Amino acid sequence: MIEIIVDWCKGCDICIHRCPVDALEKSEELNKRGVYPPKLKEENDCTHCRLCELLCPDFAITVTTEEGEDDDKKKKSKLILGGIVNEV
Amino acid sequence: MADMINANDIRTKYLRDGMLPTIFCNGCGHGNAIDYTFWAIEELGIDTKDIALASGIGCSSRIPGYVNADGLHTTHGRAIAFATGTKAANPDLNVIVFTGDGDCTGIGGNHFIHAARRNIDMTVILLNNFIYGMTGGQLAPTAPMGSIATTAPYGNIEQAFNISELAAALGAAYVARWPVFYPYQPIKSIKEGLSTEGFALIELMSPCPTAYGRRNKLGKIDVLWNWYEDNTILIEDYKKIMTYGTDDEKVAVMDKLQIGVFQQESKKGFFEEYWKMVEMLMERDDAKHKEVSK
Repeated sequence: MIEIIVDWCKGCDICIHRCPVDALEKSEELNKRGVYPPKLKEENDCTHCRLCELLCPDFAITVTTEEGEDDDKKKKSKLILGGIVNEV
Repeated sequence: MADMINANDIRTKYLRDGMLPTIFCNGCGHGNAIDYTFWAIEELGIDTKDIALASGIGCSSRIPGYVNADGLHTTHGRAIAFATGTKAANPDLNVIVFTGDGDCTGIGGNHFIHAARRNIDMTVILLNNFIYGMTGGQLAPTAPMGSIATTAPYGNIEQAFNISELAAALGAAYVARWPVFYPYQPIKSIKEGLSTEGFALIELMSPCPTAYGRRNKLGKIDVLWNWYEDNTILIEDYKKIMTYGTDDEKVAVMDKLQIGVFQQESKKGFFEEYWKMVEMLMERDDAKHKEVSK
């Protein structure tokens, strides 16, 4: 899951360009600033690598892993996150 | 099950309420620098009460305004001088200086040089975007040869200032340079810089599409971000190519900017030596006093 604070987005599209699995696209609705913020594609291969979250210069993206989602993916994202592993 | 720390937690903990969205232009890398600093602070477990920020003038110097910690917004180029004073007054503080390339090396060049030489305990996060962005795109000393700027309309004919190598030559304890689009390396470097005693310089190469990119045919955000990827090379690779490579390979990497950790040394900071001296003198005076009173 990707949560986006829509009104903080300035529309730089860095998240869309830099996504390693091409899981993001522009949404159809304008935000307050008049730009199209990103959204997750309906069919996507998101691995929760959190690159978009770290690369967003405007703090607008949060990647959350839902309970019960693919466990392998979950472990992967835990190890990647800048060295923070609270619990594995 | 303990939860993994979420970016939202980091934001509620470290970002000052009501300040977002930032004033930075679309595609600016300064926001990333704030984010990486937050992650580094979080991973080290430093309390925000033990942090003091200092900044000069410029785009990068707006950063302390977004951080939920004490900050100084000082005169142009003098951030390091103010930070030295802060550290002298309270040695327990972790002093972080956010500064730009024009601010730190152009206007305040000598403050920077002497802080690095004296090895004062502070972490300088230098956001290098090759330009004076806030004042309209004047040429900064770090701009590569041939760059177009408002004060160099026919191209820059001056040598670029290599800040990291200068700091390494001056004997700073920790020197690293990274472009902002690699997230993990800058986080690690900021962490190491904060835990190093002595002067730590982390030069983050931050893209400026508005003032630098637009004039240099790199105006599109993804084009400018890719430019950094094509024009940088890891120090280790650079050294290997310079030693073992063919002539063609050497020419190809000659003008590229080196990235990586330039210097990592453990040496005592200025204030540790200073307080040692203060203690030594106080003991001597106490001994004298006792002799007199006898």
